[in-house]
Amino acid sequence: MTVDLRDLYQEIILEHSRKPKNSGVLEEATGEAQGNNPLCGDRVTVYVKLEGDRIADARFEARGCAISVASASMMTEILKGMTVDEAIAAFDRFQTQLTSKEAPELAEDDELAALMGVREFPTRIKCATLPWHTFRAALAGTDENSITTE
Amino acid sequence: MTSNGTYPIDRIRKDFPILSELVRGKPLVYLDNGASAQKPSAVIDRIGKTYETEYANVHRGVHYMSQKATDAMEAARVKAQAFLNAADEKEIIFVRGATEGINLVASSWGRANLSAGDEIVLSVLEHHSNIVPWQMIAEQTGAVIKVVPIDDSGTFLTEEYEKLLSPRTKIVAVTHVSNALGTIVPVAEVIRLAHAQGALVLLDGCQAVPHIPVDVQALDVDFYVFSGHKLYGPSGIGVLYGKEALLEAMPPYQGGGEMIDRVTFEKTTYADLPFKFEAGTPHIAGIIALGAAIDYLNGIGFEAIAAHEHDLLEYATERLVAMNSVNIVGTASEKAAILSFNINDVHPHDVGTILDYDGIAVRTGHHCAQPVMDRFDVAATVRASFGLYNTREEVDALVDGIKRVREMFA
Repeated sequence: MTVDLRDLYQEIILEHSRKPKNSGVLEEATGEAQGNNPLCGDRVTVYVKLEGDRIADARFEARGCAISVASASMMTEILKGMTVDEAIAAFDRFQTQLTSKEAPELAEDDELAALMGVREFPTRIKCATLPWHTFRAALAGTDENSITTE
Repeated sequence: MTSNGTYPIDRIRKDFPILSELVRGKPLVYLDNGASAQKPSAVIDRIGKTYETEYANVHRGVHYMSQKATDAMEAARVKAQAFLNAADEKEIIFVRGATEGINLVASSWGRANLSAGDEIVLSVLEHHSNIVPWQMIAEQTGAVIKVVPIDDSGTFLTEEYEKLLSPRTKIVAVTHVSNALGTIVPVAEVIRLAHAQGALVLLDGCQAVPHIPVDVQALDVDFYVFSGHKLYGPSGIGVLYGKEALLEAMPPYQGGGEMIDRVTFEKTTYADLPFKFEAGTPHIAGIIALGAAIDYLNGIGFEAIAAHEHDLLEYATERLVAMNSVNIVGTASEKAAILSFNINDVHPHDVGTILDYDGIAVRTGHHCAQPVMDRFDVAATVRASFGLYNTREEVDALVDGIKRVREMFA
């Protein structure tokens, strides 16, 4: 039983939640959005800075659980340096990986593999996807986006 | 083990079939009674019996089954009347739950009695269901909402409340017991002070009725609402109590069948109380089973239930206080058996998932009381809420579960 719980709370997740990467305001953001989970009161703000078609920087501020903070931390790491199209593809891929009926096939070096534990905890999938949805809204470029997951 | 020698905890636990269910191979430890309580066989069986032996639409047919169903439903109304010690069964309106009861009063009484500048007094402790309906009617009428603060222990501040009251105050709507913190509000004083200003009082009794005997006449409260599902009865059924004269003067809330006297396209006259407020076919089996829940509770006795739950609250508080990593949110001196807490650096959702793995069901989140969370500057809490079938062993299981959370997040 405990083994399964460790699938969710893998060391890499706990590490990211304790010491999140890219946490804090991004002053020179070109886009930002707020995500809100009214079910639990969690909030995340995602900032992106675009240079041309490329994501030069991405940061976040979150008040949330270990899963959502780790997801935001890993997400911002991955997104930096991607083109907008690549980032949208990564968003779509992550969504599919978490919600597909069949267990997803992951590349050996897929850094998001650690988050696949949430597949076994349906009530927690939204915790992992909230930062990503928020990022998607931030990409739209306005600073008044607000998205909600329930 | 029982909290006192005479409380028949073993028999009571056997009355609730779900308590013998296993969660991933472990016994269910159900500490989410504040969200919804489990049902005894007496309630479950009553629903089956209704549909099997005495079901038809009520207050309609001349036939045997309709009469039988009507009699059973009206007998439940009398049980609810006795349960609240209402003066008359006409004062018991069956609604879907406390939420509908509050919406009914806010809408029906509010539209007829509120105008611009009138004041509605709520408290920080309120569940969203006792905030939003008032905001909606305030928006329509121009009435203004005032909010009674609480102190750092979660205690309702009666002196601050008194300062908020004025001749402009038309209604005070507060919870009897806070769902998020367990605070018992000094409702007798709340009502006395409101009446002195000529204001009415609505009490949200959802978290109170499973734990405390309520006497609406002794309280002199104007409206009292509760939900059946927190009282070990079915979901989808609840009670609005209102003083007869007030209910008489209020316009109907919903139009439809059952609530009419005579309908023509020129004019419709309405049925007498309580039917004026019960448009449409009600949740017949639910009402009857709510009556069975009241009988069940009376069979155990509120004094015994209150003593048992108080023991659990004291024991759980003592054990959690002894854990350095646990911060209890809500430490009022008068509390019902609700324990809200946070564990250092660990988000309540993570706590909830880890406890769930051991079969321990707690509520995690804002408990539909975001103003309370804001007051304590937390996003959420973990809430253990105890019922009449919980045991000290289950408190121990909770404590062990919290230790496992600490280990995992060490």
